[in-house]
Amino acid sequence: MSAYLIRRLAGTVPVLLLISLLVFLLIHAAPGDPTLLLLGEETNAAEVARAKERWGLDRPLYVQYLKFLAAAAAGDFGKSFKYAEPVIGVIKTRLPATIELAIFSIIIATLLAIPLGVWAGSRPNSWIDNLGTTCGLFGISMPSFWLAIMLILLLAGALNILPTSGRSTYGVAGPERTGFYLFDSLMQKNWPAVWDMLTHVFMPALALGVNMLGILMRVTRSAVLEVMNEEYVVTARAKGLAEKNVVWRHVASNALIPVITVVGLELGTLLSGSIIVETVFAWPGSGSLLITALNARDYPLVTGVVMTYTMAFVAINLIIDGLYAIVDPRIRY
Amino acid sequence: MQSLTLESATERNAGRLARLVPRLHVKAFTGGTIVAIFVLVGILGPLLAPHDPNKQQLTAMMKPPQGVGAVHALGTDNLGRDILSRVIHGSRVSLLVAFAVVFVSGFIGITLGAVSGYFGGKVDFTIQKLVEVVWAFPPLLLGITIMAFLGQGLFNLILALVSQRWIPYCRVVRGQTLSLRERDFILAARCLGAGKRQIIWRHIIPNLIQTSLVIGTFAMASSIIAEASLSFLGVGVPPEIPTWGTMLADARIYISTAWWLPLFPGLCIFVTVLGINLLGDALRDLLDPRLKRTASGI
Repeated sequence: MSAYLIRRLAGTVPVLLLISLLVFLLIHAAPGDPTLLLLGEETNAAEVARAKERWGLDRPLYVQYLKFLAAAAAGDFGKSFKYAEPVIGVIKTRLPATIELAIFSIIIATLLAIPLGVWAGSRPNSWIDNLGTTCGLFGISMPSFWLAIMLILLLAGALNILPTSGRSTYGVAGPERTGFYLFDSLMQKNWPAVWDMLTHVFMPALALGVNMLGILMRVTRSAVLEVMNEEYVVTARAKGLAEKNVVWRHVASNALIPVITVVGLELGTLLSGSIIVETVFAWPGSGSLLITALNARDYPLVTGVVMTYTMAFVAINLIIDGLYAIVDPRIRY
Repeated sequence: MQSLTLESATERNAGRLARLVPRLHVKAFTGGTIVAIFVLVGILGPLLAPHDPNKQQLTAMMKPPQGVGAVHALGTDNLGRDILSRVIHGSRVSLLVAFAVVFVSGFIGITLGAVSGYFGGKVDFTIQKLVEVVWAFPPLLLGITIMAFLGQGLFNLILALVSQRWIPYCRVVRGQTLSLRERDFILAARCLGAGKRQIIWRHIIPNLIQTSLVIGTFAMASSIIAEASLSFLGVGVPPEIPTWGTMLADARIYISTAWWLPLFPGLCIFVTVLGINLLGDALRDLLDPRLKRTASGI
């Protein structure tokens, strides 16, 4: 098991190298000079040259890449053009917001999807199955950013019960410790801040989680359908177990395996979905940071965010493979 | 013995079909109708649209929907442009992009997958490394990065969407090719002197069409959403082309005052994608139930 994980870990190194090269080349294929963009049109050649020298943009491309790579290996993505701060620091301040949002999305999606999926799968062709299947189909077909806008329209606009944007109301939250607002507020027993945070996170988390909800529901349903025909389920029924126990103990626990893979795979979709949903809700996470950085042609910051997202995605896939072995003891590496 | 197993397999299939048919009919019919309307509206667009989608009418700004038969059935936007006409024209871009992406990525993915599975060895290793690298990007992120750096435009948009969408084809096709190439009819073709290229194109790829069709349907649904997402973020098609994504982006600042601006383009995306997914579900159940788990998440 650990030998397998080490092998997998080593296997990701060339992948990450190639990714960094791809991102680097893509950025430099871009039209438009970042120096001009940052200094404005009213600059002279000397100033441009000085700025280029300061940022290392005057060196040959491969030198820039090797320098970038050496620094990146040490966790240093350079200085952001826009914020004039180390990229890694800028990302670090934004990351907790994205992680917090993603966690809430997963919670909403799994809490709704798994019971609905198990329920639908254990009673094929019943009304609950039809309802679940329709929900699943709606979930996978829903453009998350449109749902985001419609939620704002309805819950923040017409009904006026939830705030439209941001992570918290100004002045409610106490001093920041970890950057995770809910955790911080809970530790400080600041209940108004906890409630404030929850009201802010609900709409973005629902919008972000809706696709995952649909996919999870469908996968749970078909996994349960499949397991329902297994012999041990017949045995469980034959020994007189109540149907409820058969479904939740014997079927649901065995149907979990594909569901875990899908949660893992969908985390990637969640990461990229956060880019668009955060933009709609002005959620100060790393997703909206990416869009800001792209619009400013802030190369180091874009590279930093893209590399962070990709590394997170690679790491998630590794963890899912490991989890797989724990959930299904039949799998041996 | 041989005929017996064959017969029972056919019987089993017939039984499965009979159970599926009622549900399949509803799915296929609903999905098919929605997709047919989408394609028709996309093709006939300019004939159906009551107004020029880009014509600004400052005297008729922000008109709420006036209902069927009125001048502006779905209302007008902040520049007095007719929403119905813009929605109709928007379907053309979605249609064009979705079909282009599905065909180009299908061509690339099927070819690379078949080559990878048939030849194995170094070719397979290289192609699979490429798959691994491209797949290591979270979905959409690679598209956003490509668009942001290459600039807006239809060609770049298709390129950005194809960049990851060929992978599902490639993976599934490679797996199927691995098993196909051991089959007797391939051996027979080889004995008759068929070349590698001929075997791949004549004998392997035709056997992969059904599966690819199912993958293609789901790829189409996802590219419509992805196209709208990129346009919404301002890195899709140029702003002067009306699309559902750009309409939503334009509508964002007016959501508190004009609910019809974001409602209709988003509804179009949702219903179209829903129709394609329904059709995909029906196709998958009919053609290739094995894909049940793998294809739905793409």
